[in-house]
Amino acid sequence: MNIDSIRNGYVLDHIKAGRSMEIYKYLKLNELNCSVAIIKNVKSSKMGKKDIIKIDSLIDLDMTVLGYIDPDITVNVIQDGKLLEKKPLELPTKLVNVIHCKNPRCITSTEPQLDAIFLLGHKADGKRAYRCAYCDTEFKR
Amino acid sequence: MRHLIDIIDLSVEEIDELITTAEDIIANPAKYAEVCHGKKLATLFFEPSTRTRLSFEAAMLDLGGRTLGFSDASTSSASKGETVGDTVQVVSCYADIIAMRHPKEGAPYAATQVSSIPVINAGDGGHNHPTQTLTDLLTIHREFGHLDNLTIGFCGDLKFGRTVHSLVTALCRYENIKFIFISPPELKIPDYLKENVLDAQGKDYVEVESMEDAMPQLDILYMTRVQKERFFNEADYLRLRDTYILDPEKLAAAKPEMRVLHPLPRVNEITVDVDKDPRACYFRQAANGKFVRMALIMKLLEVHA
Repeated sequence: MNIDSIRNGYVLDHIKAGRSMEIYKYLKLNELNCSVAIIKNVKSSKMGKKDIIKIDSLIDLDMTVLGYIDPDITVNVIQDGKLLEKKPLELPTKLVNVIHCKNPRCITSTEPQLDAIFLLGHKADGKRAYRCAYCDTEFKR
Repeated sequence: MRHLIDIIDLSVEEIDELITTAEDIIANPAKYAEVCHGKKLATLFFEPSTRTRLSFEAAMLDLGGRTLGFSDASTSSASKGETVGDTVQVVSCYADIIAMRHPKEGAPYAATQVSSIPVINAGDGGHNHPTQTLTDLLTIHREFGHLDNLTIGFCGDLKFGRTVHSLVTALCRYENIKFIFISPPELKIPDYLKENVLDAQGKDYVEVESMEDAMPQLDILYMTRVQKERFFNEADYLRLRDTYILDPEKLAAAKPEMRVLHPLPRVNEITVDVDKDPRACYFRQAANGKFVRMALIMKLLEVHA
């Protein structure tokens, strides 16, 4: 399968297989006029299978959203057809208006104009989780 | 400017300082009678309350200040659809400090985002109730003389009981506290409290269903009411409300120096004949609420005797 290489834009590599549509949605890639390629189930020696997204424009990429979805994604920045840099990702400590609280008792359920704020915290099992800044409810995907 | 939304907004040292001030207010009330002269407390109660609202108002009056506010969302512009943020911005123009109760979790936190004066969370849904926790801590300190080395049983609605969540969080910061959580499976303490607070700090706790089995081990029994207003389903409330009823017969198995606390109001979870037992200290606890709120108002307004 051939996908044209891009001249100026991004290649999002090492996306867990099946996650690319979620990224497409969160980054609102459907609103772009440039070429966007989603390549699913690519063979990978490290991951077995992975997804790749190619964006043929140097848009203002929301690294916070990407870090939230998967901090292990590799963001390759392409300029003049060459790899300019690999941008590191990390789990953001704070998410604003990326995800929304599902607790029906939370004030954000009745006052949707409030910023949906989530803070990153540690769980006892060592895993990390986002909790609503208003009501402390953990966000579960 | 400081707010009080969650008990962990206060350090252990600040809590000690509030307890010391409250004890001094109890001993020397005249010294504090005019410290808030010219200041106004706005009580914004979007949900009914007797004790908390009146104790806040009594606290401000005893400090020489004045109060204004509403005690029911239906008598405020919230009934017209006004947001918490707009209400608070307006009230900030008229008062020096706000005490807010709201049925929705996180409403006081939303208020802090826009308020130009200190906001005190006077209870937000089933979430937090930090001034009740200060009341509880002052009561434990006055009854035992210390806040460490205690075994505390929490009994009843531990899922929606905001007083429980705040007090557990606060007590985790003291040495050698053991928790026994007594509840039906449907009303167990929430996962976030276990994961973020108890497990994260390696605290000693057990979850049980029998009040009688736990009774002899306890230094403190913290009773709670099963709150009808927290249930979406009336059938669940009716099924669970009478699970635990403390009576003199059950209390007979407790240590002589054990203390029974309850944030009040009680419905039927403690029979009235327990009231005359010296171990019942929930009315002394209610009295302490005013004094610790006086200390808190002074701290947030940065006034001194």
